[in-house]
Amino acid sequence: MQVGGPARFGTETHGECTMADVALQSSRTTAAQKARKRSGLQNVLKRKSTVAFLMTLPLILLILLLVIYPALYALHLATLNKSMQRFVGLSNFEFLFKRETFWLVVKQSCIFAITAVIFKALLGFIIAHFVHNIPAKGQRKWRGMLLVPWVIPPAMSTLAWLWLFDPSYSAFNYTLSFFGIGPIPWTGDALWARFSVILVNIWVGAPFFMIMYLAALKSVPDQLYEAAAIDGANWWQRIWYVTLPMMRNIIAITTLFSLIVTFANFDIVRILTAGGPLDHTHIFATWAFRVGIEGSDIPLGASVSLFMVPILAVAAVFILRDVNKRGNEA
Amino acid sequence: MSTMTIDKAAPTRKVKYGSMSRDRAWALRWSYFFLAIFVIFFLTPPIYMFITSLKSSAEISAATNPWWVFHPTLENYSALLTSNQFLRFFWNSALVSIIVVTLTMLIAVPAAFALSRMRFWGSAVLATGVFLTYLIPETLLFIPLFKMFAMIGDWTGIQLINRWYVLLIIYPTLTVPFCTWIMIGYFASIPKELDEAAIIDGASWFQTLTRIFIPVALPGLIAATIFAFTVSWAQFLYPLVFTTSTDQLVMPVGIITTLIKGDVFNWGQIMTGALLGAAPPLIIYAFLMDYYIAGLTAGATKG
Repeated sequence: MQVGGPARFGTETHGECTMADVALQSSRTTAAQKARKRSGLQNVLKRKSTVAFLMTLPLILLILLLVIYPALYALHLATLNKSMQRFVGLSNFEFLFKRETFWLVVKQSCIFAITAVIFKALLGFIIAHFVHNIPAKGQRKWRGMLLVPWVIPPAMSTLAWLWLFDPSYSAFNYTLSFFGIGPIPWTGDALWARFSVILVNIWVGAPFFMIMYLAALKSVPDQLYEAAAIDGANWWQRIWYVTLPMMRNIIAITTLFSLIVTFANFDIVRILTAGGPLDHTHIFATWAFRVGIEGSDIPLGASVSLFMVPILAVAAVFILRDVNKRGNEA
Repeated sequence: MSTMTIDKAAPTRKVKYGSMSRDRAWALRWSYFFLAIFVIFFLTPPIYMFITSLKSSAEISAATNPWWVFHPTLENYSALLTSNQFLRFFWNSALVSIIVVTLTMLIAVPAAFALSRMRFWGSAVLATGVFLTYLIPETLLFIPLFKMFAMIGDWTGIQLINRWYVLLIIYPTLTVPFCTWIMIGYFASIPKELDEAAIIDGASWFQTLTRIFIPVALPGLIAATIFAFTVSWAQFLYPLVFTTSTDQLVMPVGIITTLIKGDVFNWGQIMTGALLGAAPPLIIYAFLMDYYIAGLTAGATKG
């Protein structure tokens, strides 16, 4: 049940921990001797576990009331009818399964998340290599510029993309017209709209991968590359046999993180296409918003968003396993 | 590095050395070339935002080269910065973000301290739970949360829907788990001897936290603060769901719902607003880039 920093730390230093306890204990007993009539409540309040509990109490309350309770409440909501007065069991789900739009959303969510994550990872990997390749003192400047898409709030940068994709004033189409490429319906045509939302997502997310991979690249010892070079490995073999195995964990964790975030994306699709044309770019989150908030069918919206859970859960399990592994390696 | 080693290993192949360094020079040139292409790709939208923000409506709808400003004007900026509505959005955003950052730190720092230093019943499970909570996206929770707050309004008469301060309650669910998680990592890296010494000297747990842990883990604290601020500033879904009146909106939602009126897109003002909305995170990033990146990588590498 060990996870990452805290658990690992605890096992390492358990002995010292008790020492500190003893120190605290002794100072407390002298204090107690001085003030004998101190009430029991005050003693309880001074105990280490009580102090620790009080320190984590706001966190526990926050997680219980605003994360776990709503999550369970979503399950409950999904079993109610539209006016939320009657229990209808699973018929919300049955209704969804019979709707063509729902299957469109499932398909689009998967296409969107998988394509975007693959390209983000690839692009991040390539850019990280280029940045790593150049002399160290120039790297800061390039890295600084390359991370800008990640820093701008996605809602704001998507507006810029929306303007770049504008049907009549698209700056892209203006540029492409010089190459004889006709006006592209960036957000008007189903296929192009899918391409556009994925492109914007890659634009926002690739810098994150780049930064993570760059950190990982820097942690690969130079000796390994030297040894590979002596053995006559070419650049491809160096990447395949040295870089990738050394970065495997970072790649896995970053990809899974990104899979969760991309799968649950809302801002980009909402602002760029709002699900259109004809619901072809809706993903779970935007459709849940459309149905649940705009269409004020809260139970149905809750049911839609619950479909994200299985994929998120699988990704989360793998992330936890990887974080564990890393914890044990260190 | 590698060329040198090869040189030592095979001193007879001096000729090869020259070609390898030439290869490296070419590899370097290609690296710069491709980096330049990627930088253009990554910076086009923000630069285009800036270009458009300097144009008048007439120039935007004219059939001129969209990538160039022929008659730069600041009218979009002056229009927005003198509009009470826009200033209201900015003020709401700033207020929400600052209060949320404060709340987040007040919750996350003591919790991280307790979880990294004071072992107690269930603390390992709680640490895992914090991490898992961080993985739960807001798109999963917005519908039940909306219904919950609507019901609280019905039962107690405290109206929370469509009030900007409801965001103060909700945003911590996004910021606290991650901040706690990275603070656990930073606290765990502090040598145990430091707090032992403090406790032997008679410091209470609270004093150990404020006098030792917070000063020593200050870089981590700054990284967590930046994270909390950027997340609260950029959040779009929750304010879109929970607030509707124009005086309750925060920047991202305000710009999108008020500047886009029906089919009339006032692009000059929208881009100016978007740029101003992106400015605070960008300014923080420009000055505190190292902390920003530390926070970014800490999430997956520290834990």
